[in-house]
Amino acid sequence: MAEYRLEMRGVSKSFPGVKALDKINLKVRPGTVHALMGENGAGKSTLMKCLFGIYHMDEGEVYVDGKKVDINNPDEALHNGLAMVHQELQPVPERTIAENMYLGRFPTKKVGPLQVIDHKTMNEEAKKWLDNVKMPFDPKKRLGNLSISQMQSVEIAKAVSQEAKLIILDEPTSSLTDNEVEALFRIVRDLRDRGVSFVFISHKMAELRKISDDITIMRDGTYVGTWEMKNISDDDIVKNMVGRELTNIYPPLDNTPGDVLLEVDNFTSIHSNSFKNCSFKLRRGEILGFGGLVGAQRTELMEAIFGIRHTTSGEVKLNGKPLNIKSPKDAIRNGIGMITEDRRGSGILGCLSIADNISIASLDHYVEGGVKLNNGKIEKLVQDNIGKLSIKTPSSKTLIQSLSGGNQQKVIISRWLANNPDVLIMDEPTRGIDVGAKYEIYQIMISLAKQGKGIIMISSEMPELIGVSNRIMVMCNGKITGEVSGDEATQENIMYFATQF
Amino acid sequence: MDKTKKFDLKKVLLDNGIIVLLMLLVIYVSITEPNFRSFRNIMNLAINAAPRVIIALGVSACLITKGTDLSAGRMVGLSACLSGIMLQKADAPGKVWPDFPQLNVWVVLLICMALCAVFGLINGVVISYLSVPAFIGTLGMQMIVYGIAQVVTNNVPIGGYRADYTAVTQGKIGGVFPLLFLYLIIAAVIFWFVFNYTRHGKYMYAIGGNEVAAEVSGVNVKKTKIIIYITAACMYAIAGFLLGGKSGGASTQMGNGYELEAIAACTIGGVSVNGGIGKISGVIIGVAVFELLKSALQFLGLNPNLQYIAQGIVIVVAIALDIRKYIVKK
Repeated sequence: MAEYRLEMRGVSKSFPGVKALDKINLKVRPGTVHALMGENGAGKSTLMKCLFGIYHMDEGEVYVDGKKVDINNPDEALHNGLAMVHQELQPVPERTIAENMYLGRFPTKKVGPLQVIDHKTMNEEAKKWLDNVKMPFDPKKRLGNLSISQMQSVEIAKAVSQEAKLIILDEPTSSLTDNEVEALFRIVRDLRDRGVSFVFISHKMAELRKISDDITIMRDGTYVGTWEMKNISDDDIVKNMVGRELTNIYPPLDNTPGDVLLEVDNFTSIHSNSFKNCSFKLRRGEILGFGGLVGAQRTELMEAIFGIRHTTSGEVKLNGKPLNIKSPKDAIRNGIGMITEDRRGSGILGCLSIADNISIASLDHYVEGGVKLNNGKIEKLVQDNIGKLSIKTPSSKTLIQSLSGGNQQKVIISRWLANNPDVLIMDEPTRGIDVGAKYEIYQIMISLAKQGKGIIMISSEMPELIGVSNRIMVMCNGKITGEVSGDEATQENIMYFATQF
Repeated sequence: MDKTKKFDLKKVLLDNGIIVLLMLLVIYVSITEPNFRSFRNIMNLAINAAPRVIIALGVSACLITKGTDLSAGRMVGLSACLSGIMLQKADAPGKVWPDFPQLNVWVVLLICMALCAVFGLINGVVISYLSVPAFIGTLGMQMIVYGIAQVVTNNVPIGGYRADYTAVTQGKIGGVFPLLFLYLIIAAVIFWFVFNYTRHGKYMYAIGGNEVAAEVSGVNVKKTKIIIYITAACMYAIAGFLLGGKSGGASTQMGNGYELEAIAACTIGGVSVNGGIGKISGVIIGVAVFELLKSALQFLGLNPNLQYIAQGIVIVVAIALDIRKYIVKK
């Protein structure tokens, strides 16, 4: 038997302008659970997509049981014994458990001239494999009746039924309760003892300690190292994950926070697995950073403040006055703006012009005689912003979708500036933007703070969080777990609070 | 520098493929059938097109917000029948409502508009508050409105209209310029103003461009959609009133299928079924081209059943070309 079940050697992958993976190695021994750790954006998912042929790797080799393989799509990966349980499950909840397990490979039988699906065999086989992972479900039941953890178990059973020798679990526990995690681990341990290998992607140190044998750490698309879990301390894991030098340069943070501007008190989501009991204060002229791992519910909390999401409790006060915000319109009217995380999904109006994109949230200011819009004044607003934020565009009539990410983001910032809000919430304001434009956006943020506005910035990039925030709140699993500022605002401290599950 | 702006004939032809093709057909028919380009036929075409433009204007707003309105044709029919019933001569044979008072023509139009506005309101509420897809919601309304028209008319054709009704629908200014055309121009100008110079218009485009982003930007998406469906329904009422008067009679079958022709015409004219894109000029061109197509096919002496096939092909090709533009942009 080969020394390694899976061996990836020197895998590199570039996207236009970014080196996403730089000579990554991953060696998984047979019958072990191998943790793969790294910050958001370290390249874990990209590596897995390369393994499964969803991305084509620029260089590197993959060996399964010592044999070199060439995988071009997930189907071929499966033929080589590799299966993946995705972070976002992709089942068909309205169909039965068995149908989900055999989707795309239904057993068939001949009835006269017709090839029909053999439900009996399918259900029996499904039952057999479910029993195999000690999940006593009725395969004829609707999949949607199961909990997320049970669906994951079904996915694992499906992988096992396809004779997978290595199963990748991508953040399988992010939405599970403690008991469900235990149940999942039981299955994983059982299969591991029978020789199946696992790659376990997770941010949760305590869990990884419990389940993993080995750990590989990645950072910014590079390979840091592989250790046996028992030979590395938690502190060393964190250090290796974040231990880069701060190479990015930030504009001087020379704004001075003043009085309290916004008070958020005891915000709790209507969903039990989302934000709970979150309270914080934002000062006039302050840039308040929000750090945390993916799934920490930072976006959800901000969207609730902005009136997009519902809460069971919570109060917002602006300048000491309680606000009643039920929709984004209410928030805007009260002087709060929000640049959402998903620029394409909830930011840009793709097929409309820059002018329309800038003016859409502030048209109320440009109505004359109750009906007619003063398009001349709107054009002036647009030209002002194009100049002030140096948006690179041929004209104000250009469609926003033809601009670069950085310029699109400047257009969205202009949209909110047009309303002159007191508070501006910026969710991942520099995501997918090149370095030069990032710097300009930081400058804009600092200059807004100097004008006395309060800015909330959610960012998953730690250096950015530290570089442009006056103060940082850290969230984990829906709760605000810590606050750091000044010298305490180090990557290690933030990571410490971000993993306080 | 200007290389990106280089004239790309192939792209222009593909993007406007349907219009190019149909214009070629029109030119061919104009040459082979001189009557086709006679003043009389062109006037006739224009008069036929007028109510359809008015319907298409209403439908275009629904399409721009990624919606649609399949109840348009049946509302046209209901409005035609109701206007007719209310405007029958006192001594018309078989008068549906014998004791109905002789109301002013414009009051009758307003009654029809008010009634259709209620249906439009229901469409809007069902689509925005109950989140029913516009396709399904308005399909249901289509059947409901047809049923109401059947009940109201007892399924009997209506005729014997008052002279003032005929005058406002069939009249011509100076004996040349049809009043119908005047109404069309007024409606188009109002719509053009609303689309380009009001918040409502900008919100409409924003919703079509990205509904979530519009909501985040403070646009009252539900209210905007409801107004759109109400306005559209009012346009159908006007079109029905005009169509009935123009034809000098009405039945519940009047306007049947006009919604599909309106959707087709809008698409030919560049209103994107993916939302966010569409101009008034495009709607008018679309209707004109579609009417020219129908007339040209008639002049070619094509079997009327084959004409349906040709129209169907044009609709599918028009939408396929429209979607193609969208895919390229992504």
